[in-house]
Amino acid sequence: MKCRRCKGAAVIDVRRHNAAFCKDCFNHHCVEQVRRAIHDFDMLQPTDRVLVAVSGGKDSLAVWDLLIQLGYQADGLYIGLGIGEYSNESGRFVRDFAVERELKLIEVDLPNDYGFDIPKGSEAARRAPCSACGLSKRHLFNQAAMDGGYDVVVTGHNLDDEAAVLMGNVLRWEAGYLARQFPVLQASVGFAKKVKPLVKLGEREMAAYCVLNGIDYIIEECPMAAGNRHLGYKEILNQLEEQSPGAKTAFLAGFFDKAHKRFAEVAVQERETLQPCAQCSAPTTNEVCAFCRLQVRATGITIGTTR
Amino acid sequence: MKVLLRNPRREIEVAGISSVAKLLKHLDIVSESVLVICNDELVTRDAQLRETDSIEIRPVVSGGA
Repeated sequence: MKCRRCKGAAVIDVRRHNAAFCKDCFNHHCVEQVRRAIHDFDMLQPTDRVLVAVSGGKDSLAVWDLLIQLGYQADGLYIGLGIGEYSNESGRFVRDFAVERELKLIEVDLPNDYGFDIPKGSEAARRAPCSACGLSKRHLFNQAAMDGGYDVVVTGHNLDDEAAVLMGNVLRWEAGYLARQFPVLQASVGFAKKVKPLVKLGEREMAAYCVLNGIDYIIEECPMAAGNRHLGYKEILNQLEEQSPGAKTAFLAGFFDKAHKRFAEVAVQERETLQPCAQCSAPTTNEVCAFCRLQVRATGITIGTTR
Repeated sequence: MKVLLRNPRREIEVAGISSVAKLLKHLDIVSESVLVICNDELVTRDAQLRETDSIEIRPVVSGGA
């Protein structure tokens, strides 16, 4: 295959664009897709202080790298989840990335700072591990951004992640989740602004970006994610994409363009029911937020943090 | 040729396969879910393969919402 842009030898094909690229032109493609996402959804201002949630995986390290290339002031936030050697290894990838590029990295360690890890927490709360992990990360990303005075939290959610989440939300007609599924969630009382600059790039492109640019990332899957529903949706969507390139983009972009607004009122109604958590002051629809309830069940401690 | 697969990590021997697309079809792998790395270089679906090549098929799908 030849590169669509320069006609040199291609190293990666992107079927939904009916294109292939050499390394340099692929990097240009990735930068442009991020630049367009930031512009189209009004994600970032040039002077914003940005906090990138990094896991050690391909997507979060790639988005951090791309934002630095685009000139943003972006610090990293890594949360140690206490998932055995998987967490130890992912932490090493993040630290090495930050040290090599002389970037600021903030670390929060769930076992040391909050007294529980994801395996124990999910078992104690009788939640699926991915559910306990997701709610812990969302809470701690937001808290770190508010405490650190950051303007916006960036996550590495890509086109595939968002299409899979959309599939799950549509299958259950989760109106509240559909109302909040958008590449930008504006700041509100107690909540930092959150954006997803990789929403126009697939996870195959992000893995290729890391391989081509020497970004080492954790390749092995989280041992707690095996067999989860999200992976099943991705498998189905990739089979559709194989038969009909562009299907995932059409599904997700069509939702943003044509359907998301229809659910907006649900988000407004939900925001009106928010109140400060009695333990940590984070916004919640209950007296105590889901993260503090998880911590109480996992540790028996009834304050927001053991620090 | 040697083919490295992951999740779980394992190595297999494959013979008589001439291209990346045919290798993925032979292993029943959806191309959208992997990268193919031949002798440490990323390659496209139409790349030709030799018996002496060392191939890595790297999954790109990650879990967690």
